Amino acid sequence: MIDVAQARRARVRKSGLLSYNSRRILVPYLYVAPAAVLFAILMLVPMVNVLRYSLYDGAVTQKDTEFVWFANYATIFSDPVFWQATAQTLYFTVMSVIFHLLIGLAFALMLNSDRINPIIRAILRVLFILPWLFTAVIIAIIWRLLLDPNGVVNGVLMALNIIDYKVEWFSSTSTALHALTFANIWAGYPLYMVSLLAGLQGIPKELYEAAEIDGANEFQKFWFVTIPQLVPIMISIALLDFIWTMQVFPLVWMTTGGGPIYATEVLSTYTYKLAFSKYEFSLASASAIFILMVSLSATYFYIRHQKAR
Amino acid sequence: MARRSFGNSAMPAILIYLGLAVGLVFAAFPIVWMLFTSFKSNSEIFALPPRLLPEVFTLEAYTAIFADPVKLRFFLNSYLVAGAVTALTVLIAVITAYAFSRFQFRFKNTLNVFIISTQTVPPITLLIPYFGMVVAFGIFNTYFALILTYMVFTLPYAILLMTGYLNTLPRELDEAVQIDGGSSWTALWRVIVPLSVPGIVATSVYTFLLCWNEFLFALTLTKSMEMRTVPIGIEMLMGQHAFEWNQMMAMSVLGSLPLLILYLIAQRYFLAGMTAGSVKS
Repeated sequence: MIDVAQARRARVRKSGLLSYNSRRILVPYLYVAPAAVLFAILMLVPMVNVLRYSLYDGAVTQKDTEFVWFANYATIFSDPVFWQATAQTLYFTVMSVIFHLLIGLAFALMLNSDRINPIIRAILRVLFILPWLFTAVIIAIIWRLLLDPNGVVNGVLMALNIIDYKVEWFSSTSTALHALTFANIWAGYPLYMVSLLAGLQGIPKELYEAAEIDGANEFQKFWFVTIPQLVPIMISIALLDFIWTMQVFPLVWMTTGGGPIYATEVLSTYTYKLAFSKYEFSLASASAIFILMVSLSATYFYIRHQKAR
Repeated sequence: MARRSFGNSAMPAILIYLGLAVGLVFAAFPIVWMLFTSFKSNSEIFALPPRLLPEVFTLEAYTAIFADPVKLRFFLNSYLVAGAVTALTVLIAVITAYAFSRFQFRFKNTLNVFIISTQTVPPITLLIPYFGMVVAFGIFNTYFALILTYMVFTLPYAILLMTGYLNTLPRELDEAVQIDGGSSWTALWRVIVPLSVPGIVATSVYTFLLCWNEFLFALTLTKSMEMRTVPIGIEMLMGQHAFEWNQMMAMSVLGSLPLLILYLIAQRYFLAGMTAGSVKS
């Protein structure tokens, strides 16, 4: 056995240009090489390109592009629709994150209760995750069906006398953004629920016993033991959710397309239209860099938080 | 003890069951409605008062889809792209994760932070340069365009998931192979990969899900009907026959089926991928 090993090492040493030692140092780089090359092609180069596009006039569409410094940014920032889209993105995102957190926490706490039947608990755990399994396009058309003026939601609300006319949820400027946010809240809470449920099961029993000895009641145990234990998970997921929700595209594209007028325009649809409907790739790049900057700032906090944990 | 019973009476089981029932309606009603709508005939869909169960149970929406080669092609495309990306992603992720888990090298930390931040780069920011790149490579409107670009969002997860998994395997295993004279490459394929099957399954399932659901790149980087994936197919259906709700719902049911089946048979692995982003890496 040893002979074989020695022979192999000798062969390894003889073959190739590099010594055994420099091979050993090179090995990890060879393993990460395929991923590194892909990230270079798919991340570094495109980033440089989109930044370059944003500083030139007529990017992608024209052969002779002109370096215009920050003129594209100036154009974007002076467009009232851009700021409307920013405000709407912020509303959509913040409302989604808050309600995802509240619903996810409520479901996790209820499912974690030892006062419910374990079989029912197991079934509900599976069912409550369902909305998360559907792709945004399907979520969009489910809610278009439900919220159609002739749809079931209006039908039920009218039968209960809550509304007295057929509300056009997605095509009225006063309701479209709220309807969209609601659909997104429905689709996004399971991530919180699953993570918080795992978090709840990881809280040491001793903490509750200690709290009981100190005379804490149920609410105090919840507020002073459960919640502080869950806060790090909540911050992680809320930051990730903020980043991802801010980038929302398919749900908006498939329900309202940003309309009516600009009532549900968000930063991603605004940027997409600039690039692929108006072919203003330079302006679109400037807007895309703006979205990137907001994302990266949130990512900075996310990574710092993860490192601290 | 008195305080304990106060707690019990403050939140009796009946209240929890009530809350769960409300939650169930909230979570499941839209899905159930979609399912039953797909079995209705189109004239029945907006019947007043609204009815959950179809008056006449019909499979006409499903037969219409299965009779239409264009629509079947959407499914074929989705399976092809998601399958290819999953295979490539898992292969590269295993190799990269092996380096992260078993070796010390310069830039390891930098690369790790880079991979984590890659997960949060907005797709729309990448799409604009990708469009130029895909056209320049001559792969616009091909499977390659989607397979290549999808890796940007599947690889980071896959690497993080696999590194986490490999870190749980004892180092003595691969060291034993190397003592016997095998290279680290041999150790990877003979020992590590066979032991990593659960991690590989979790990574594959999650990668498949990400690809199956992708919309923005597929919308922009393909053009002809023959290259469209299921989500874009549903969008086209929406534009074409705005009123064939039963077909759109049937398409949605069929489009969700692979993920539902994967979820039911591999629930544990699914959740591993789902929470990968929020766990400590």
